[in-house]
Amino acid sequence: MQVLTFLFKRFGWMIITVWIVFTVSFFLMRQIPGGPLNGERVLSEAVRARLEARYNLDAPISEQYFTHLWNTVRLDFGPSFKMQDFTVNEVLAQGFPVSAALGILGMVFAITIGMTSGVVSAVRRNSVYDYSFMLLATLGIAIPNFVLAAMLIVIFVFNLQMFPAAGWGDISQIILPAFCLGAPFAGYIARLTRTGMLEVLGNDYIRTAYAKGLSPRTVVLKHGLRGALLPVVSYLGPAIAGILTGSLVLERIFVIPGMGSHFIEAAIQRDYTLAMGALLTYTVLLFVMNTLVDLAYSIIDPRVKLE
Amino acid sequence: MSIADQQPSELERLTKILREAHDVQGVSLWADAWKRLKRNRAAMCSLWILSIIVLLAILTPALPLQSPIYQDVKNRELLPPQWDSFELDISAYDEETRRLEAEALAIKAQDGEQYIKLLALITAREQTHPIKLYWNDPGMIVTAMIELRLALFGDYCIPSIFGTDKLGRDVFSRVFWGSRVSLACGFIATFVSLMIGVSYGAISGYMGGWVDNIMMRTVDVFYSIPFIFIVIFIMSFLSSPGIRESLAEYEIDQIHVFFLLIGAIYWLTMARVVRGQVISLKNEQFIEAARTIGATRMQIVFRHLVPNVMGIVIVYLTLTIPAVIRFEAFLSFLGMGVNAPDISWGLLVNEGVQVITIIKSYWWMIAFSGLALAMTLFALNFLGDGVRDALDPKLKNK
Repeated sequence: MQVLTFLFKRFGWMIITVWIVFTVSFFLMRQIPGGPLNGERVLSEAVRARLEARYNLDAPISEQYFTHLWNTVRLDFGPSFKMQDFTVNEVLAQGFPVSAALGILGMVFAITIGMTSGVVSAVRRNSVYDYSFMLLATLGIAIPNFVLAAMLIVIFVFNLQMFPAAGWGDISQIILPAFCLGAPFAGYIARLTRTGMLEVLGNDYIRTAYAKGLSPRTVVLKHGLRGALLPVVSYLGPAIAGILTGSLVLERIFVIPGMGSHFIEAAIQRDYTLAMGALLTYTVLLFVMNTLVDLAYSIIDPRVKLE
Repeated sequence: MSIADQQPSELERLTKILREAHDVQGVSLWADAWKRLKRNRAAMCSLWILSIIVLLAILTPALPLQSPIYQDVKNRELLPPQWDSFELDISAYDEETRRLEAEALAIKAQDGEQYIKLLALITAREQTHPIKLYWNDPGMIVTAMIELRLALFGDYCIPSIFGTDKLGRDVFSRVFWGSRVSLACGFIATFVSLMIGVSYGAISGYMGGWVDNIMMRTVDVFYSIPFIFIVIFIMSFLSSPGIRESLAEYEIDQIHVFFLLIGAIYWLTMARVVRGQVISLKNEQFIEAARTIGATRMQIVFRHLVPNVMGIVIVYLTLTIPAVIRFEAFLSFLGMGVNAPDISWGLLVNEGVQVITIIKSYWWMIAFSGLALAMTLFALNFLGDGVRDALDPKLKNK
């Protein structure tokens, strides 16, 4: 029941947020002198006809606003400005699975690498492993992912020729971008895990676990790690937001046809309907992800109350 | 009878204590923090590196660098790093102008018509002086610095030790000029976020009640808006032809709007933190005292509360500066931020990525700008950690 009220409240806030984003971007779009159709670019007749029919451009602005709002509520983002034969929905539906695969793999990289090195650093505190892992973590946090990607391309693609440079569809093509996407978050997660583990490992119940004769591996992985998980889980929210933004840049470098590429392309080409559709999708995505993280947090730690 | 008559020795003892107390210097929060920071070797090393980077960025126009924008595709396209010397042709140009001036003076008396023609030529030469060509019509201060550089070093330039780019421009000087935009963005945007965040948080926290409630709910809504995408959206509007011209009419540079925009989205965390601090401070006695002497609400907030939250504000600033610099690089990399002829590190990395081909990787175009960016962010991170530990030891390792 509590979960239901929580979800209901969150849904309400999401509607408000999405509505604000919609309104701001709608009026920004109208700010373009002469309206979006009379820009510098010559639209092909077919697109122009579709757009004019759809946007009802002779109507007063309030009517246009509500028509557009109603269409958006029905999840119909309209035709793309630039790609003649595509609606925004079709473009987004094509890009989404690609971006999702990349993002999920990046997140898996971040969590596995981050947590492993964090646990090792905490258990072997002040050892060579600890120092080198923490130095790597700080490096990972400091270096922007596009710089990392550029350097890795030069090294692994051109000098060692281990991976193809760009493209999509093959396993070997996803490893490098997913690694670059996950690297900064692996750094953060490693630090958080290390701190959490150090706090937990000093507790009485860890000593009890050792005292009853459990192997160090069981104590660390079963009793210690569970307690150290909380800060990592609470970091997942910002991490997901970061993964979404990071994929913008990595999809462009590695020429991956995901949602991020489409959004940037739309912004550069001033394909406003596509940019707006992607923007709203990102907003909803971020909101849903954060809600899921909060839910997960309350499941792991029953002391946390859902608000 | 006074105390003095009664116990002369007691008076002596008290004056002695008083004198001793005078000699003891109180340790302020800042002195204490500075002492702690000085012990942190990584942080001090970062501080030195950053000071050098900032100093070089400020002095860039006065350093003997090649022109960051002069193109020579024919002779200097994509040269690898090298030590071949390179010279400007400015002193030859000035020499020629001076020769013309002398000639004009000589014929002033005899041939008035020719004299006026020569004068016009000289003025035209001033207008098209190489400084304007090589440094994209710099402002007054930068021009003065470039003239200083010409006076000091003449035509000498540091060779293209970082190679050249696709258009034959010197990467070394481009990295230097790029640092100016990247760092300026870091400082300006952070300053904007500081102003908004501190005032917003302080007012919200001090007012309390429904004002606080509304202000903080607004922040909550803002938190879940993906601002990075909105900034990209807005930047694409700003670059649309109609908007760009109307901005130019008001003499607003796109780059300034860009700086402000970045600052305007990085204040949310700052506002929350300041609000929390202000709430815990506002019932202290010194606020009560200020109220009794008739200080207005705004005075209490900005004169008495804000200075007391500066410690935590600085801790958050150390997190904001690298975040902002990284964000600027990120947007410029995507082509949505700084535009040519302005240069920033993100733009340089982007140029480097664009010339990667199967046949040859022009590594020098990525490596040096990327290293400069990474080194700055790395040092800022270390310094930030150090400052945080120094100002608030309780936060250590968090």
